[in-house]
Parts: sequence; C-alpha cells; structure tokens
Amino acid sequence: MRIHINSADALPIYAQIVAQVKHLVASGRLAPGDEVPPIRALAQELLINPNTVARAYRELEAAGLFESRQGAGTRVSAKGTPLARKERLRIVNERIDALLAEAHQLDIDDDTLLDLISKRRRAPRPKEE
Amino acid sequence: MPDPTPSPFPLECTGLSRRFRRTEALHDITLRVEPGQVFGVVGENGAGKTTLMNLAMGLLRPTSGSIRIFGMDPVMEPEKTLARIGYLSEDHDLPGWMRLHELMSYTAAFFPDWDQDYAESMREQFELDPGAKVRQLSRGQRALAGLLCAMAHRPPLLLLDEPSSGLDAVVRRDILGAIIRTVADEGRTVVFSSHLLDEVERVADHVALIRQGRLVETGSMEHLKARHHRVTLRLAEAQHHAPDLPGMLSATGTGREWTLICEGSRDELLGHIAGLPAEIMEQGVPTLEEIFVARAGRKAAKV
Repeated sequence: MRIHINSADALPIYAQIVAQVKHLVASGRLAPGDEVPPIRALAQELLINPNTVARAYRELEAAGLFESRQGAGTRVSAKGTPLARKERLRIVNERIDALLAEAHQLDIDDDTLLDLISKRRRAPRPKEE
Repeated sequence: MPDPTPSPFPLECTGLSRRFRRTEALHDITLRVEPGQVFGVVGENGAGKTTLMNLAMGLLRPTSGSIRIFGMDPVMEPEKTLARIGYLSEDHDLPGWMRLHELMSYTAAFFPDWDQDYAESMREQFELDPGAKVRQLSRGQRALAGLLCAMAHRPPLLLLDEPSSGLDAVVRRDILGAIIRTVADEGRTVVFSSHLLDEVERVADHVALIRQGRLVETGSMEHLKARHHRVTLRLAEAQHHAPDLPGMLSATGTGREWTLICEGSRDELLGHIAGLPAEIMEQGVPTLEEIFVARAGRKAAKV
C-alpha cells in the first residue's frame, strides 16, 4: 500500500490517506481481502502520528472499504469492488470539474477543450509508476 | 516502570514566567499536556522553547507561576521528576571523552528502570559503534546516542528540545520514527520543540505556538486546523488592500488576486465572501506553517 503524504496539501493528512486508499481500491491495486499494514507500521513508515492513521482507518471502515477482525488485522473488505466503478467515476469527475474551471479561467471554450482532449488521447502517454 | 503517577498530566504550566535580567524569556504561559499526546512546541529561535524545556527539567526556577511534571515541582523534587523524563537537549551535550558503552552504563546508573536490552537494540538499529568515543561521533550519531540515553529507561515523558535541528534527513527519520514508536507502542507522552513546522504537522497531535515568550495558541492540531481557512479571491476590481473579512489574520496578493488566512467559522466566512464582488479561486485548510506565519505575523525560520 503506497501512500504519499504531502504536508503542503490543502487536505489534512488523514484525508490524504483516505483519498489515496480509495484510489488504490478503485484502481484495483488494493483488492478485496488484501491485508493492509497495521496502524503503527504505517505511522512508522510515513512518519506521522499513529492517531492520524487510526482516524483514516476508522473512516475507511465506516465507508465499508476496510474491515478489521480481532487478531486478524485489517483487510480490504469485499465491498471494495461494488463501490469501485462509482468511486472511479467520482474521481474522474472531480478532475473534470477542475479542468473545466481552469479552462474557463484561461478563456478556453468547451469545444476547444474537447478537441484538446481527443488530441491528447492520441499523444504518447507517460507510463504510470 | 516508575510508580503510578500522582497527577495524570505529564506537563502542566500555570501562569509560567521566566525573566533573565531585563529580558522576559517566557511570559504567563498556561498549557497542559495530557498522557499519550505528541505535543509540539513551535516557535522561532529565541521564542522561549528551550527556556520552557529547562524549566520542565528543573534546570531553571520560574520567576512566577508554576510548572509541574506529573504533578511534581521539578525544582523541589528533582529525582522523582527526572526519573520520569527522558531528555534530549538541543546541542546533544554528552561527555566527549567517554566511549559509547561507557556513556550507556554511566547513564544507566542514574535510572533504576534502565532497560539494557532495549538500549542495545536501539544502538544496533542506529548503527552506533559501542567502542567509539563520543567526540568522534558525527553530529547525527551524537543525536542518536543522546536519544538512546533518553529513551532506554522507558520514561513516561519524553522531552526533546529541537531534536532534528541541523541534522540530515536520515537521522531525522530515525528520530521521528523513535517519537512515533514511543507513543504507538506504549502510549507514552512526547513533548518536542521544533521550528520545522512540516515536521510538527506530521507528528504532533497537539501544539503550542510561542512567539517572543508568549503563548500565541495551544490546542489540538485538528481543532487548530478546523478553525483556520485559506481562501484565494479574485476581485471584480483591483484594490490596494485586501478585502476586509471577519477573522482575517493575514493577506497576501496584489490587485485583483488575494490569498487570505482567516480564523473562525467557515460558513460565516463564505457567507461574507458571497456578499463581495469577488470569486473564490481556491479554498482549503492552511498548513501549520501558514497558520503560524499568519498568527505570528512573520515568516518562520527555515533551516
């Protein structure tokens, strides 16, 4: 489970973890049944307060993405998948909103923007890490 | 482990002031650290952080007010207090002529609860040579040796004065990792001072902001962040001054675009902005650094 914390991010650290885990689940890099690191191990790895990790895990449990069983650690729950498409769309929609806002500010109309998107589709893409 | 503690609060200051000749290093500080907290004391160099640490250690007497460690006065009951504190000073002042293993057994003699296995495991983890003389160690290694000596008696309160100041990234990781392990594994309390605000933001769950000896702010990081907002506005027309909004602590920008740090209710702030001829370009939670700078009125020092 690879999480990157950015102190300069406008999102609080626990929310960064929640958002990135949702991403990982949505993209299939975390699959249902996968074990996630214990709270203190992740805190140690990211060098953040364990309470912050605990809070993120609580939210992820409340959202049905994580489940913890006593003695068995925390796992990605089976519910991770049905949510996935909706979550994927939500993430993309967020980006689209941001893109539309920026295009609007730069005085680029929607047709030009759509045109740019289809051009970019054909351009060589950088590899995902 | 030491006896059950007489007061639940690892550190408590009430109206604490300390004067050096004509300079007031600390003025009327009231704050409380609760068990299990990672408490960051934040301020520029010379703000009074080290004075606070020295008062907690009983190395200084308050001019007025009081400081208590688990309910005890560190000046009146130094032995009992010091048994509960693991302390790392800013300049890692350790006897240079000692070899590391000598330093360890020397320090162990002061602490009945010294755990030699734990000390050894830290020494190996930090890759410190037991036969090396302290003065031959690098600055980072000296910091780690000091940390080892501060932690090996498993103190319920770990007091670290600028623990990672002037150290490289690897040693900083070791020190922050040790802070996190201390609270995660055993629920002990850590109070550390720092001027590295992103570090404090990651690790601390409670903070005190000190400026020129005065407490600017104290409380939980979450509460602090929930009360502060950053908005970037684009005004309909250029202005020489930022628009006046309730709870505004600072404003930067020119002409039409202004970034404001405000304190108070978010809804109230957005309500006021809605009444302005302005568009919100960006909004979010400011970083601890932005809050500190906005409240302290000056840029915090960077290393």
